Amino acid sequence: MSATLDIRLKRANKVYREGEVVAGVIVLASKEPLQHHGITLSMEGLVNLQLSSKSVGVFEAFYNSVKPIQLISTNIEVAKAGKIPGGKTEIPFEFPLHAKGNKVLYETYHGVFVNIQYTLRCDLKRSLLAKDLSRNCEFIVHCQPQKSRVVPTPVNFTITPDTLQNTRERSLLPKFLIRGHLDATNCVISQPLTGEVVVEHSDVPIKSIELQLVRVETCGCAEGYARDATEIQNIQIAEGDVCHGLSIPIYMIFPRLFTCPTLETTNFKVEFEVNIVVVLHDDHLITENFPLKLCRI
Amino acid sequence: MQADARMRPRGRRYEAELQRCRPEVAVVDFGDYHPLKPIMVTDTKTRRGARKGSTSSSSSSSSSVPPDPLSSMLDGTDPLSMFAAASATETLAMSRSASTGDLGRRRREKEEEVVGSDFEPWSAKRGEILARFTTTEKLSINLCMGSDRGKALSPGASAVSEKVRTRLEELDDLEEGSQRELLNLSQQDYANRIEELNQSLKEAWASDQKVKALKIVIQCSKLLSDTSVIQFYPSKFVLITDILDTFGRLVYDRIWTMCSDPRPLPDSFTLEDVNDQAKETCLNWFFKIASIRELLPRLYVEAAILKCNRFLNRSGIQETLPRLTAMIRGIGDPLVAAYARAYLCRVGMEVAPHWKDSLNLNFFDLLGTFKQLGGESVQNQLVIQRVEMPEYLTLYSPAINWILQCIAYRAPESLLTEMMERCKKLGNNALLLNSVMRAFRPEFVAARASDFIGMIKDCDEAGFPKHLLFGSLGRSLVCADPPESERLTILNEAWKVITKVRSPQDYINCAEIWVEFTCRHFTKREVNTVLTDIIKHMTPDRAFEDAYPQLQSVIRKVLLYLHDFSVLFSMERFLPFLDMFQKDSVRVEVCRSIMEVFIKHQVELTKDPVILNAMLHICKTMHDSVNSLTLEDEKRSLSLLIIGFIRMVSFGRDFEQQLSFCVEARATFCNLEPVLVQLIHTVNQLAMETRRVMRGSHSRKTAAFVRACAAYSYITIPSLSSIFTRLSLYLLSGQVALANQCLSQADAFLKAAVSLLPEVPHSISVEGKLRSSESFLLDFINNFLATLLVVPDHPEHGVLYLVRGLLNMVQDYTWEDNSDAKVRVYVSALPLLAAMSQETYIYSVPKVDSNETLYGGDPKFLSELNKLCETLIAQILDHLKTLGRDEQSVRRQGALAFSLFGVLLAHGDLRNNKLSQLAVNLWNLSHKHGYCDTRVSVRTLENIKHQAQQPDAAHLSDMVQRLALQTRT
Repeated sequence: MSATLDIRLKRANKVYREGEVVAGVIVLASKEPLQHHGITLSMEGLVNLQLSSKSVGVFEAFYNSVKPIQLISTNIEVAKAGKIPGGKTEIPFEFPLHAKGNKVLYETYHGVFVNIQYTLRCDLKRSLLAKDLSRNCEFIVHCQPQKSRVVPTPVNFTITPDTLQNTRERSLLPKFLIRGHLDATNCVISQPLTGEVVVEHSDVPIKSIELQLVRVETCGCAEGYARDATEIQNIQIAEGDVCHGLSIPIYMIFPRLFTCPTLETTNFKVEFEVNIVVVLHDDHLITENFPLKLCRI
Repeated sequence: MQADARMRPRGRRYEAELQRCRPEVAVVDFGDYHPLKPIMVTDTKTRRGARKGSTSSSSSSSSSVPPDPLSSMLDGTDPLSMFAAASATETLAMSRSASTGDLGRRRREKEEEVVGSDFEPWSAKRGEILARFTTTEKLSINLCMGSDRGKALSPGASAVSEKVRTRLEELDDLEEGSQRELLNLSQQDYANRIEELNQSLKEAWASDQKVKALKIVIQCSKLLSDTSVIQFYPSKFVLITDILDTFGRLVYDRIWTMCSDPRPLPDSFTLEDVNDQAKETCLNWFFKIASIRELLPRLYVEAAILKCNRFLNRSGIQETLPRLTAMIRGIGDPLVAAYARAYLCRVGMEVAPHWKDSLNLNFFDLLGTFKQLGGESVQNQLVIQRVEMPEYLTLYSPAINWILQCIAYRAPESLLTEMMERCKKLGNNALLLNSVMRAFRPEFVAARASDFIGMIKDCDEAGFPKHLLFGSLGRSLVCADPPESERLTILNEAWKVITKVRSPQDYINCAEIWVEFTCRHFTKREVNTVLTDIIKHMTPDRAFEDAYPQLQSVIRKVLLYLHDFSVLFSMERFLPFLDMFQKDSVRVEVCRSIMEVFIKHQVELTKDPVILNAMLHICKTMHDSVNSLTLEDEKRSLSLLIIGFIRMVSFGRDFEQQLSFCVEARATFCNLEPVLVQLIHTVNQLAMETRRVMRGSHSRKTAAFVRACAAYSYITIPSLSSIFTRLSLYLLSGQVALANQCLSQADAFLKAAVSLLPEVPHSISVEGKLRSSESFLLDFINNFLATLLVVPDHPEHGVLYLVRGLLNMVQDYTWEDNSDAKVRVYVSALPLLAAMSQETYIYSVPKVDSNETLYGGDPKFLSELNKLCETLIAQILDHLKTLGRDEQSVRRQGALAFSLFGVLLAHGDLRNNKLSQLAVNLWNLSHKHGYCDTRVSVRTLENIKHQAQQPDAAHLSDMVQRLALQTRT
């Protein structure tokens, strides 16, 4: 069967904000005329929460999946049962983007334990003999810009053997002095994380310096809450024994979909942190952690 | 047909005939007459051309000067150079985008405003780097496609949508087994592998597997962080950045075409012209690349698609360049970092050539990291790889040269000075110094040559090799002249260092450059000293054997500046220098180049014994290289060179000396026939020259001399293999001998030619193809017959000895079957016999008595001639008969009959009834089968009628009556 169904949104980047209209067309292509039992289009926004096996145990994780939170749900019938002529047919549609009840439309976020996703789904029902056609299309919601101004506050840091916690043998550590700063820890999500790091001195050659972006997801439920930190991405900013005394730029773009403005609700939280990881040539791993606050302006 | 018709030659008055044939003198103002000038007015009247007694035709044309087609072509731009220029920029444009037509051109023009053709492009450096940085060690490629896929391309893979996940799985399947390490690759294998990757990148792109394409690029750029087999690193960089360039172009072109849906995107497009779809795709690429885990691939890939920033925002490129520049600071290995900078500069120059700041930033950062070179990590690496510091430092040269070239391009003088000062301040600056000298304008370097020498001297011995420094300096000084007063000091200082270089290879590389400087500014004395030094260095252990290309280049440079060969050969050490070329092929090559220069630049004839000796020596070397395996072309070109030399030799009035030179040359160049031919010509010319000097009458001494010349030719000719060359030389030499009153010699030459005739083969090879020799033979015989008119009969032999001999040979020669050649010879012999029977011959040789004087119209002689004619005509008629028997040969019969008719008409006495009857018969025969050309017949008839109007030619009008034109059927 050569009939195909597709949803095309007007905006190429598929990004919408609350209050805007999600507009597009349903594209039907078929060589012969197409008999059908009705076409429907639905829009849905869901927050999926999942408990990690680590925090609550394997079985609870399996059984106690938290019920998804519905943020938006609309249904329209695009066409009644009938026949669509052969060739390409485009049916335009529009949905106003308004939250259900007093809910807030959170920003699209793809995480491990928390997923916020908005989809359009188009179904074309057909007689028993032919399979129904269906098409999903995700669109992206950005939350409203934050009202208050973000004032960047630089954060300086110095890493030496003495500043480290969680070391077993402080005396065995080679000597090093690494200084640097982050231009801000309250970051605008559409702008990169920037800063500088300088290896002032190190006895052991440096193998690598990395920026690790970490998501911290907290899911609350009746039994308590689970908080998990997982890596989103790891960006190497220095490789090999870098020149001492030369400032190395810290620069990381926040990946789309995998990050969102820091989110705190009654049921779940999504926060972000960045680790500056220095790997020495003898495989010593030095990590400096900075909590971030992401926002959208 | 009357076979017994007698040929009666008609009496001729050549003078009167000539008078009649001459056109009336046209009025031409010779003052401004030139055959190539546009013809203004020409008025010519000829009696001969007039037909049917009509008034003389006059043609006059006056026209305004038409435009010369040649100059009008050259009026605008020369189309050839236009093409050349176009194709040159075409390649440039190709490497940037596949856009075509007007758009492409405009884009090019725009870019050239900032980067002109004087900017040496990267493509010019590629080959040089690949050739220079090689290794014999085994290499490895570690490609692990998709191993860090999760991290690099889909963070949080667990959450990706169903569709994406399956797609990624598909990709994994696709590349199963591509995660591998290739070990033990030779350098060539390595290059091939990289090229394969380049191909698979293009394929992946073409089949819409963008993710796979990106993976290939990432993996490739990752290879650049591997510095094992460090000697190969620069070449590796070249190979891999080719892939990156391909990738950058693919991405840019794709986004570009996305925007050119309704109509192509204009070259100077603005953001508004870019549609959302394209922007989104572009942004996607940047996001994808921003999440590449490793530093080096992230850096290189982003640099590769730097140009795409144009689709996103105005200032993208200007913001990205400094950021990427800063990012390079994170690269620990200084070599890797330097090359990354070079790549960034390269992309920067291409995309935003006016944006110089990041170039400078790059350079300053480079200076900042310079202390790393002496650092522990580098030292350890060198120990492990067993690479010496000087060699290691040279690995940097291409990168730093390139960066500095970008910076120095059209940079103000002040910037260059500043850069130089910075280099000066830095320790271990030899490497930089080298690049400065290579990259900065030669004029800039030349003006400060003394400073540079000072700095070079201060450099650390253990660091960058000094001979390379001097090499770079020398290269600049060749392009631009240092101040006059400093030149000698510079040479002295430089040579002081160069002469101390131990390794012959390093020494000659450097010396080769400085030879040009020496030749350019100094006299033969200095050049001689330099050559002496080179000989001294290169002779021990036969070091020259490994340095032929450089030594050849030394010779080339010397020849470039010293054109005066007397000076050149008077340099003591020049010939000993040549002796260093002991490999035959190279030596011949060198001799050849010397000869080429000699032929090009030696304008005056020479008899300088120094030049002659040396050149003879050189030519002998070339000649001696010829053996049975030498190709024909090779022989020919060598011969041409030697001939060129022989033609330049002249001893002026000392003809004997010249002859003895020819004798010597003959002995020396006996294997090259063209040279021998030239020698014979030279000697013949010599004889004629002698005759000219003596104004035709030889003294006893000169007579002996010209006889010697004849003897020379006579001895030399038989050694030639080509029979036609021999024949024509015999004839020519015979003519020369005759002109010089050497009758017996001329006789001998002509006799030799005649006796050679039977040996003429039926087919000869002309330009590699076998051709029938018949036409050549006929030509020669006709020529020969013309000469025979003036050759007096030998007193001891019978009348017309040579003519008979020739005709006998012709008779006996085995002609090709079905050929009329023999009879054609007979037909053409008739005019000779007719001419011989005149009282006064049409031409004669001064001071030589021809048969006309010898026999003085003796009736016996005349009857002899007539008998001969009869025999010939009888033969011809016989042949005509035979031809008539066969249907197929009637056409030939007609043609032959007509030619005989022509001869009779021109030379026969047609008052004789029999003869005129024969002529009429021949005419009818030729028209019998309708094969003859009517136009020719008509014109012949007209001519006869015209002739008939002459007094005493009344008989012709009778004949005309009997000549019927063929009626068309």
